[in-house]
Amino acid sequence: MCVVCGCGTGHSHDKTEAPATDSDVQVDATGDLHYGAGQARVSVPGMSQARTIRLEQDILGENDRHAARNRENFTAHGVLALNLVSSPGSGKTTLLCSTLMALRQRRADLPLAVIEGDQQTRHDAERIRETGVPAIQINTGKGCHLDARMITEAYSRLPLHDALHAAGHTHQSPMHSHVDQQPHAHVQTQQHQHSHHAHDGGEPAGMLFIENVGNLVCPALWDLGEAGKVAILSVTEGEDKPLKYPDMFAAARLMILNKIDLLPHLDFDVQRCLDYARQVNPQIQIIQLSARDGTGLDAWLDWLLAGAPAVDRRAARIAELEAELARLKAQVEAPHA
Amino acid sequence: MHEVSLAGGILSAVEAAARRDPFVRVSRLRLEAGTLAGVEIEALRFALEALAPGTLLAGAQIDIEQPPGQAWCLDCAISVPLIERGAGCPQCGGFWLQPTGGTELRILDLQVEDH
Repeated sequence: MCVVCGCGTGHSHDKTEAPATDSDVQVDATGDLHYGAGQARVSVPGMSQARTIRLEQDILGENDRHAARNRENFTAHGVLALNLVSSPGSGKTTLLCSTLMALRQRRADLPLAVIEGDQQTRHDAERIRETGVPAIQINTGKGCHLDARMITEAYSRLPLHDALHAAGHTHQSPMHSHVDQQPHAHVQTQQHQHSHHAHDGGEPAGMLFIENVGNLVCPALWDLGEAGKVAILSVTEGEDKPLKYPDMFAAARLMILNKIDLLPHLDFDVQRCLDYARQVNPQIQIIQLSARDGTGLDAWLDWLLAGAPAVDRRAARIAELEAELARLKAQVEAPHA
Repeated sequence: MHEVSLAGGILSAVEAAARRDPFVRVSRLRLEAGTLAGVEIEALRFALEALAPGTLLAGAQIDIEQPPGQAWCLDCAISVPLIERGAGCPQCGGFWLQPTGGTELRILDLQVEDH
């Protein structure tokens, strides 16, 4: 595949074709290339008679609308949907298999499902199905990420929704509409039998794990309707990955540092890695674990069963600063009292 | 590589605009992709140019504006420039920064011809 444009044909990109004056690339003293660092390009309109149509619309707007519908659907059913992102080879599928088996042991009745995204093959979905959890493989072909519409389609084909209704779930609102058009055998009522799952952080009625295509760049931009993104980084990768791929770590709610059983054999500086992650995202939560020997798996399961709560470290920081401000104000005002 | 998908989304939006308010071709497409939006301008331009032949975008001039990154520093309580994610506050060196600008990824307008 062509790495320049992502197309499947074997054409060449002749360097002489590149418009030299139109480039956003900057070359620094060491010869490294930096794209997208240039000044804002301000266009000069020509003297055309043509008319202008103002659009002012988000390029990802269509995806975001699908994602919003997915999120509404997940929330209404108490499904905790997580979007797992990482480089290829971080151990996502192994982690997922260990997680599913451990969840089964803790909560045998908790409905689970997996959506597997890869460019090709059904290997990963087959590995998941071996744990007894239903899984659907999405092959993106040339695509480098999953999008919200793929998730709508895959979710409608998973038995998770029916399993929730079999477990006695009723919809929160009679206004709720389903993505699939199949008739359901459940009763639509306004009763809130699962009143606990409507809010962020409650114990979920079911879980959907979406394993995105192994890629730390593109999936950062596509909202799938998930409750949160979980970035998985293994200690066999560089500790500076959060700085190298900041968009993804900035978008993640949780970072899992995986394969920590290998630390004795490596020069990986854990503290530096955690510092880098917090530098890019001061709100990020971090769990260190080994999917192979089970270390740290309990902390991960606790977090999942608590509904993947976001920790508002920023709010805590604001409260700290407000307290400081109040103390200083009191000091200033004291002599006049 | 997601720029190819973005280019496809842009073309769909242009085609939708043509269905609402018919025109025969776009002479200029103006986009906005902030420096913190996670998009490689060069790749997006390439993808659009590769996609354009045979569509309403054939031959269109593509202008991409890049609003600079801005953030609110929680500790300094001021707005500061943010050249990239993971960079510190230029005042205090801290990282409690909330991006407030430069994350835009939008189609601004189209200059179109009716015949």
